Parts: sequence; C-alpha cells; structure tokens
Amino acid sequence: MNIVVCINHVPDTETKVKIGPDGKTIDRTGVNYILNPYDEFAIEESLRLKEKFGGQVIAISLGSDAHKETLRKAYAMGVDKAILIKDDSIRDSFGVARALADVIKELNPDIVFFGKQSIDYDDAQVNGIVAEMLGLPSASVVVKLEIEDGVARVDREIEGGHEIVEVKLPAVFSAQKGLNEPRYPSLKGIMQAKNKPIEERTPSPVTPKVEVLSMRKPPAKGAGKIIGTDSSAVPELVRLLHEEAKVI
Amino acid sequence: MGIENGAKGNTVILAFAEQRDGKLKKNAFEVARAARTYADQLGGICFCLVIGHNVKEAAEQLGGYGIEKVVVIDDPALAAYSTTAYAKVVAEIAQQRGATVLFLPASAMGKDLAPRLAAKLDAGLASDCTALRIDGRELIATRPVYAGKALVDVKITSEVKIFTLRPNVFTAGKNSGARATVETASVKLTDSDFAARVVDVKVATGRPDVTEADIVVSGGRGMKGPEHFHLIEELADLLGGAVGASRAAVDAGWRPHDEQVGQTGKTVSPSLYIACGISGAIQHLAGMSSSKVIVAINKDKDAPIFQVADYGIVGDVFDVLPALTKEIKKFLGKE
Repeated sequence: MNIVVCINHVPDTETKVKIGPDGKTIDRTGVNYILNPYDEFAIEESLRLKEKFGGQVIAISLGSDAHKETLRKAYAMGVDKAILIKDDSIRDSFGVARALADVIKELNPDIVFFGKQSIDYDDAQVNGIVAEMLGLPSASVVVKLEIEDGVARVDREIEGGHEIVEVKLPAVFSAQKGLNEPRYPSLKGIMQAKNKPIEERTPSPVTPKVEVLSMRKPPAKGAGKIIGTDSSAVPELVRLLHEEAKVI
Repeated sequence: MGIENGAKGNTVILAFAEQRDGKLKKNAFEVARAARTYADQLGGICFCLVIGHNVKEAAEQLGGYGIEKVVVIDDPALAAYSTTAYAKVVAEIAQQRGATVLFLPASAMGKDLAPRLAAKLDAGLASDCTALRIDGRELIATRPVYAGKALVDVKITSEVKIFTLRPNVFTAGKNSGARATVETASVKLTDSDFAARVVDVKVATGRPDVTEADIVVSGGRGMKGPEHFHLIEELADLLGGAVGASRAAVDAGWRPHDEQVGQTGKTVSPSLYIACGISGAIQHLAGMSSSKVIVAINKDKDAPIFQVADYGIVGDVFDVLPALTKEIKKFLGKE
C-alpha cells in the first residue's frame, strides 16, 4: 500500500500569541515549533497500515527549510521517505492544497492522510481540497479506520456521536484525536533520521483566494466577580445569571 | 427555470441548510438568517438548499427566518450524507443558479463539504467565521486562528466565495412562522458519486453536542475521578445543556474525547459555560473563552480560569456544584 501523509510545522500550543509588525501574522520571536499534533495521529495510522498491509509511507510537508525538522520527526517515527515542497511564500489553504496535490498525484497513493486541521490557521480545508483535486473520495475527522477489500470503513466524529462511513480506496482521510496512540520515536529512529535524505520539490506559484487583511488579539475579557467561597454564594450566582447575565 | 439569477454582478447567496433524519438543524436557521441579512445589505438575493429524503415540509420552515425560496433535492439515495454526492449536488445547483456566495454551517457536515466545494467551484473558503461585515461591496469575514488566541479579518478574492459560519454565533432570530416556497430539483448521480457514504450513525448520549448547546457544564481534574462526573451530568441535563471536559479529564480516561473542550478538542461558543474543577490552562481557554458568560468553580483562587470568568466561586466543587444544581432546580420550579 502506498500511503502519503501530509504534515505541518506549527507553533506549539503553549505559545502566547503576539501580533507581528505587519499586523497580519504572528510575531515569531521565541516561538517554539512542533509537528502539528493532529498530524501525529495521521503518521501513526499510516505506519500501522503499512505494518498490516505492507508498502511504504511517504511524508510530505510544504514550507521553508524549517519544515525539515518536522519531516525528520516523521522519519524517526518510521516513515520511509520524506519530501519537502520548498516554499517561503504565504499560501492560503487552496494554494497549499494545489502544491500538495501536484506532488501527490505522481505518487499514486492508495491512501492520503492528513491531521484534521493545522493548529495555526485552523482552516481544516486542505485535506478536502486535495481530495477533490485528486478526484478521490474522502472522510474527515476520523476516529477509527478499518480496511477490507479495497474499502475503508471509518468512524467519524459528528455532533453527539459518530457517523460510520464507507469509502472506496484510493481515498483521503483526516485524523482526529482518538484514532490511535502515536508511538514515541525510538532513540535509534531519532539518530538515523538525522541522515536520511529529504527530497525537495518546487511548487508552482499561485494567486491566493483568501487574503488576510489584519490580525488582532480577541477582546480581553474584563475582570469578573468572585461571588463567594462556598455553597452559600450559590443563590447569588443563580440570581446574577438570571437577572444580570440573563443566561438562565 | 430557477428562482434567482439576478442581473449580472448581483450577489446571489446560496445557504446550505443542514438536515439530519429529515429534521433541520438549528444551524440551518442560523445560516438562513445570515443569508437574508447579507443579501439585503449587498442588494442581492438568497435562497436555501436542502438535500435529503422526505425533507420538503421541513424545508418550508426556513421561511420563518427570512427565506422566501428553498431548492430541495429530495432523493432516497441522499437520505444519508455522502461527501462526494452532496458536494456534486451543491456545486451543480450553485453553478446553475449563479451563486456568487455560499454559506454553510461550520458543523461536522459543513466542514466536510465546504472544502470539496471550494475545489469544485475554484472558490476561496473562509472557515469557521465568527463575524461578517460589509466593506463597500465586499463581505469581510472574521475568523479565529491559533485556537482563538488571535482573530483575522479576511476577504475572498475569487469570483465565488464560500464561508462556513460557526454554529451558535450568528443568531437565527425569531421564527416568524412564515413558510418558504419549495422548488424541487434533481441532479444526475451515478454509483461513483457515492464512493464515500454514510452507512450508519451511532448516537453517543442523546445530550446536545458541546459545539451546539447553549449551555455547557464542564469538568476538569478537580472533579477527582470519573465517578464524580454525575454531578456535572445532572446539572447539564437540568439545564438542557452539554457536558464538556478538560484535556486532563479526557486523557485520564474519565470522559470521552468528543466532550473535550480546548485547543486539541472542540471550540465552543455557548451562552453559558460553567467550568468545574478546571484550572484554565491556556489550551482550555482557547476552546471556551468566546463563551458569552463564564462561571468558574475552583478551590484555587489563582487558577487562570478566574481571569476569564464573569462569575467565580473560589470553593470546593463538591460543596458548590450540588448546591448549584439544587438552587437551579428550585429556580426552574422543578424541585
């Protein structure tokens, strides 16, 4: 089975976001970058599928040289090949999808895996756009995946429960937390990853369809009131929720 | 002949009205009202699209939210959701009717469908918008990024523009009781259009989902174990709300992941969020700080949750929570 997993290099969740000087992107000073958390589930699932069905797992990332760090983490976990689509420009999701689809098409995958969204832009679009560009069926936010006879049966998260979806392969999936427990890279894996080759590709330029006009911090929540220190404060709380906040 | 196709250059907004089991979701009324609002402001027209089976009567309800006409694709094959078939149907209707703007809910279905539509229609997509405004003749969207730690204002430069609207943010407003006119249409579909299709749905608890509920009662590590979460459930059920959980509670195996609120869980915008025994780690706040009213119960006065809470009780959750449930029962006349 030929499995392609698309991964991203993003600010970690501890980041205290500051707006950068251009007023449209974050200030990168002191920001620690990590493998997008949802992509770990995608890598893990890809490795499990390879262990079960044989084949190879190819990790792809689009971005600057800094993304090589994240591709090495994928190598350390056990992927077979890594490709960096080298691009220093800022692309919207459509532009990212175009660059990825152009490379993935040549790889003839049985499965393309993404994390459900990148925790920087939170668009959750690239997997669906790539699937449509490749003419492949897809299922997003997958928490369980089984494959038999060229058909994947997946559980995907919906409001209040799960949908069970049948998807004919080849197909594109996006991974949700709960799909699996990602393995920790072994020390040997980490050491070997340092010397593994990362193939580089150059994407075609695109015109963005979504333009960021400005970025700002959300309005700070004003200081609230501490009403009390035990259950005796409860009647006052209920009164405030009803009369002041008007939420009950 | 269709119902729209205004003069060239006119804004035509197609609002996708989500239904499940033949019933319109609350988010359908929200996107419908938004379509009406912005079509009016842009001097354009709008219509809703409903796809499913035995949905014509439900579709008429959209009339109560400012929609005059609904296009309905009613087909037993489309009773259950199919990514590929629904995308084909929406794209074809959008193209036929000259839709220049599409609104979908940023629900599980909408978020799955919209990107495929973006590719089919060569359209820019602004996901999970929490606000819209007009600037000249442009629709500008505000959307959260970095798990809500920042907001961006975006404009879409492609000819067709798609927006998914976060549920529970754009108010549907009052149902006027008016009925919309339904126009049935059909789109030719073949087996290959169903290469991805839903074959079953498993309902978790029957409680509303955290992303859809007006009220969320949420528990964290301070609940000290799964056996105490019934206190959270009781209050949630009393208020008709959803149960939420912090990452700590989910990672400890106390609650299922679909209840997790936070950066690697769900982002919620309820009217009322009651955080019990939750310290308020930056990642949790990212998931709930856009709630309209936040109540925090925690015995640590320095817990970061109190920095975003509108009302706080610095006390023992096992003392306060049962008392709160009792008081609300009394207040609702349900003792």
